[in-house]
Amino acid sequence: MDIARLKQIREETFKSVGNRATHADNAGMNFDRQVLVCGSTGCASNNSQKIRRRFAELVAEKGLERVHVGQTGCFGLCAAGPVVVVYPDGTFYSHVTLDDVDEIVESHLVNNVEVERLLYVDADGKTKPFNEIESYCRQLRHALRNCGVIDPENIDEYIARDGYFALYKALSEMSRDEVIDVVTDSGLRGRGGAGFLTGRKWKFTKEAQGDKKYVCCNADEGDPGAFMDRSVLEGDPHCVIEAMAIAAYAVGADQGYVYVRAEYPIAVERLDIAIRQARDYGLLGDNIFGTGFRFDLEIRLGAGAFVCGEETALMTSIEGRRGEPRPRPPFPAEKGLFGKPTLLNNVETYANIAQIILHGAESYNTIGTERSKGTKVFALGGKIKNTGLVEIPMGTPLKEIIYDIGGGIPNGKKFKAAQTGGPSGGCIPASLQDIPIDYESLSSIGSMMGSGGLIVLDEDNCMVDIAKFYLQFTVDESCGKCTPCRIGTRRLYEMLCKVTEGKATLEDLDKMEQLCYYIKDNSLCGLGQSAPNPVLSTLRYFREEYIAHVVEHRCPAGVCKALLRYEIDPAKCKGCTLCARNCPAQAISGTVREPHSIDANKCLKCGICASKCKFGAIKKV
Amino acid sequence: MKGSSLPFDGTPEQEARLRAKLDELKNKQGALMPAMQYAQELYGYLPFEVQSIISEELNVPLSEVYGVATFYSQFSLYPKGKYQIGICLGTACYVNGSQAVYEKLQQLLGISSGECTEDKLFSLDATRCVGCCGMAPVMTVNGEVYGKVTPDAVEAILAKYHQRG
Amino acid sequence: MISLKINNMPVYAQEGSTVLEAARSIGIKIPTLCHLKGISELGACRVCVVEVKGMNSLVAACEYPVREGMEVFTNTPRVLNSRKTTIELILSDHRKDCLSCERNTNCELQRLSHKYGCDSHRFEGNTRDFVYDDSTDYLIRDNSKCILCRRCVAVCRRQQGVGVIGANDRGFATHIACPFDMKLADTPCVGCGQCINVCPTGALQEKEEITRVQEALANPNKHVVVGYAPSVRAALAEAFDLPLGVNCQGKINTALRYLGFDKVFDVNCSADFTIAEEADELVRRLQDGGKLPMFTSCCPGWVNHVQKNYPELLPNLSSCKSPQQMFGALVKHIYSKIANIDPSRIFVVTVMPCTAKKGEKRRTFTDNLADVDAVITTRELASLCKENGILLNELPDSETDKPFGEYSGAGMIFGATGGVMEAALRTAVTVLDPNARFAPLEFREVRGLQGVKEASYVVNGRELKVAVVNGLLNVNKVCQAVKNGECDYQFIEVMTCPGGCVMGGGQPIRATIVRHKAEIAAARAEVLYSADRTNVVRRSHNNSGLQKIYADYIGSPNGETAHKLLHTSYQALPKYCK
Repeated sequence: MDIARLKQIREETFKSVGNRATHADNAGMNFDRQVLVCGSTGCASNNSQKIRRRFAELVAEKGLERVHVGQTGCFGLCAAGPVVVVYPDGTFYSHVTLDDVDEIVESHLVNNVEVERLLYVDADGKTKPFNEIESYCRQLRHALRNCGVIDPENIDEYIARDGYFALYKALSEMSRDEVIDVVTDSGLRGRGGAGFLTGRKWKFTKEAQGDKKYVCCNADEGDPGAFMDRSVLEGDPHCVIEAMAIAAYAVGADQGYVYVRAEYPIAVERLDIAIRQARDYGLLGDNIFGTGFRFDLEIRLGAGAFVCGEETALMTSIEGRRGEPRPRPPFPAEKGLFGKPTLLNNVETYANIAQIILHGAESYNTIGTERSKGTKVFALGGKIKNTGLVEIPMGTPLKEIIYDIGGGIPNGKKFKAAQTGGPSGGCIPASLQDIPIDYESLSSIGSMMGSGGLIVLDEDNCMVDIAKFYLQFTVDESCGKCTPCRIGTRRLYEMLCKVTEGKATLEDLDKMEQLCYYIKDNSLCGLGQSAPNPVLSTLRYFREEYIAHVVEHRCPAGVCKALLRYEIDPAKCKGCTLCARNCPAQAISGTVREPHSIDANKCLKCGICASKCKFGAIKKV
Repeated sequence: MKGSSLPFDGTPEQEARLRAKLDELKNKQGALMPAMQYAQELYGYLPFEVQSIISEELNVPLSEVYGVATFYSQFSLYPKGKYQIGICLGTACYVNGSQAVYEKLQQLLGISSGECTEDKLFSLDATRCVGCCGMAPVMTVNGEVYGKVTPDAVEAILAKYHQRG
Repeated sequence: MISLKINNMPVYAQEGSTVLEAARSIGIKIPTLCHLKGISELGACRVCVVEVKGMNSLVAACEYPVREGMEVFTNTPRVLNSRKTTIELILSDHRKDCLSCERNTNCELQRLSHKYGCDSHRFEGNTRDFVYDDSTDYLIRDNSKCILCRRCVAVCRRQQGVGVIGANDRGFATHIACPFDMKLADTPCVGCGQCINVCPTGALQEKEEITRVQEALANPNKHVVVGYAPSVRAALAEAFDLPLGVNCQGKINTALRYLGFDKVFDVNCSADFTIAEEADELVRRLQDGGKLPMFTSCCPGWVNHVQKNYPELLPNLSSCKSPQQMFGALVKHIYSKIANIDPSRIFVVTVMPCTAKKGEKRRTFTDNLADVDAVITTRELASLCKENGILLNELPDSETDKPFGEYSGAGMIFGATGGVMEAALRTAVTVLDPNARFAPLEFREVRGLQGVKEASYVVNGRELKVAVVNGLLNVNKVCQAVKNGECDYQFIEVMTCPGGCVMGGGQPIRATIVRHKAEIAAARAEVLYSADRTNVVRRSHNNSGLQKIYADYIGSPNGETAHKLLHTSYQALPKYCK
């Protein structure tokens, strides 16, 4: 591969992909219409692959030669999936089923009439082109710039969007120090959670002594509710490969590993295809762009251990051992994988690199806040209308993400809190919804950026229960090596259980808090050190909810089963026996046409009776 | 001894393939996990006999192989059912009630996470986020996704597979 | 040198050393549990945490390298409270039957708990499902007392290269056990007991035989005979708070008599018989073109290792029984004749520095009688003395009984690595070169603590190449080389434990701090070498008691009677039994 050939591919392929934007000009293009079907996990699990094949079949059948059917990565609005977008119209079809395909082809592609009933309806009740819908146009797609645009399994489409030009630029026009300087100046910080300055990490690795060095990519995205890295790998795998090659050049490595969760089969497959394509083009391997630079990549699969997202554990896992973290120092930059200096960044961090190299540090450091530069991708989930993937400039207020981009809370419920940073993060109460989302602001209120999971909670969520949920996750995922995490989090979890069962005392709350600070202070790795955050942040912002459990033996959100009771209002009960017949525990007794009653000792609190009662006589108290 | 009590029924062909793969991996750094992943794909689980071959060929003590096998949740010491059921307990699913679905599954199948029914028809795994948060709560059967599942819906889903046998 | 401050005091430390070491160098002891220098370096237990200025969280001193200008605080309230909580958390998952625990008063966890004023019930909650494994003859694992320091795992894997235990499962369920949680008896465990010696608590201990010994002693129909191994006299004193390197042989004889043994013999003596047989066997193999190299066979851990892991090397193993088994056979079948006692009435007890010897006692029988009936470790002898109120330090010295109390200096040095080799060479050179005027006596090349020692001697014009290996990890390397035909030794001594029997798994347990500071192996070995130097008879075959017994009862080495009493055979055993 040389630059002339790269440019040639870009020019040729541009004709096939250039009109994948709203109202683009079709002149000189190979196709008049682009039917793009999302092929990411969310949509794929809803048959999107079959939908795409059906489109292709019908288009071929009808001889629509100027129509291109392709797959892309995630469009972001997973809640609307399966998603099909038709360019250049920008038509955004949501919840498409296999049966809808014929109609779309016939009506839209043949007769130029959009299928009204399948169009996505925006928050204001209107249908509009994809790029104009509220949740999309408020975003700034930097790391996700190719997701939803190109076919991730086609390297040419990546090249058409300037792919591998950054690698060429770095190898042929920049010294290793210059590459590192640009990355440093861009202000890019690690997107995996801790937010360490990426350029500095590269510099340390470059300066480390060693004949052999490695470059690794952390794609072991394990936070419950987070799927940013997966979406990047599924939608734009080449941007990670290109960035890793640039990083390898900068630090002096020739071998890279991508450590991916095995739970992401589509991401793994696309990455594997991408690596092979890059090798075929000579963009991986020996003598890349004729510069003598040599780099190759290997995929290593995780096997289901959250702790392997911790950098030293990840490397231990690649080495083929139990993924237990080891003390730092020595840091990976000095002594990492197989004892050699190693650079480790996460997927989203890498996804920003090529653009920074191509367009300079200023293109990036002018976005965001004083100390948090650029954009951040979030996976929105929980009690929110637009579940999905969003990318926003750093510093965007939380409420904008929740209401303007996320579409607010469904079913008219009240927003209670947002959880960021997964099991390592904390809850941001509704009262702080104006907070700008950046590293400093989040940590100042006891949460953290984390890798980008953003779970929205409403009034029906019990905050003690949420803290317990996260802690149970940490307890399950603790590697078991160090005492504070292995036993400490377990004891903390047991104390939380006491709270949710109404058996704790106010002294227990103090003891819990002490134990939290102890675990933070003493654990070996970041997982343990951050494990108490969900407890500490809920204790801080929702202490009254804890106190309600402890003092009043009451769960205000009505979640904690042990504190619930179901009661039958004798005034409303008609004695129809429906509840008694449906009770799995035979806890309801009474004679026909007489008010029934529930035996609290037998009751499982499953709530079936209440859902079956036609007279609204059964209440949760 | 931990591990499946069902007799090992690996075939000589499987063993030949495993050994060939191990031969290929032998000189690779950090070959243990890829080897175990391959073996699990081949046999469906990692019984004593399989781990012993890996230990011997890669020259890693069996205790280390087993330590790795029990550290990572994806490695299984038990065979998987013909229909592998996954129930997502990720946050989105959890807040939408997947715990109740999970309990219903346990009740109906008489097994808990990681186990396989005696007729080897079903195995059950509580999983983390499978990435379909828009459809929470979600359960999967051999990769096929069922969204917005309620405890009541579980019986009908299982019945479908029971009929297929 | 690196300059730093610890508790505001200036400290100079070697580059690459840890905060723990730097603190120790100025007289500050930071507590540890999981740390075992050079063997287990995990930073896992967090008992050694200290505060480093500028760091958000506390750091583990055992692993944290010193840095120029760093400021460390080892005793702030934050540090002390953290250590206390760590120990209390460990105690919340620990069966606290300290009063009756084997390790009471010699337990690292107990000491720390006391030192930090811990409330052992501050944290309550579920405990793990504990594994209890008493499947072997020699060892008990009681995980209800395991604190997951993993020192046993490190020793088994990294020092011994055996690797039959590891951390299984994850998180709170993590526990140390064999693969598939199978019983230790079903694994290639060799029984060396090195894991016991590094266990900070009572989770690992030998399987006790004190009860059986006491029963025998109380039985008027039993004639109870005891013999103790060379290394016992080099270490027993440590269990009575005497310094390292004290020979308490005379006091042991007295103590054993106080305990009620009918005869007190010395296994040094049967070690001489071993040499008489083994040196003769070597000479025969050399002269008749037998299987070479010949390996020694006195170490039961090594014999187990060959049977389970290197069956192809079984023909290389000397057919001689170990000194312990020879001792039993000689007592039951020759002493019984001398003393005119029915052999079935004789109960043979040996005191060994070794746990594998407990398993070995079941290996050989002569005329359907077990050669040895009970084996107790040096530690068990100490407990037995203490239980019987015997104040070892205050006992008068006494001699062993005849005829199996006589020994040469060669028998004495069996306990140190290289000792068997040297003893065998002392005899072999005189057999191979009967006319030599000055046969060499001391073979210093094979002494010392290196893992593999090689030497070459020219005897009667012929080169004799030997090797001495100790520590099974080193042994594996040599075995591999022999298997591949890559070495040309004729005779190899193998000891399972690094340092030889003086460092056996049955010896008094020394706290980590002692292990880190003192060269225990060298001090114990020196006891044996200095006793050898002052012994009049220094070659096994010159032991006059031995000569008389050969003349009166056995005939010649490797003769018919010798074979019946003093030799054995081996069989390949499966590695793992499912």
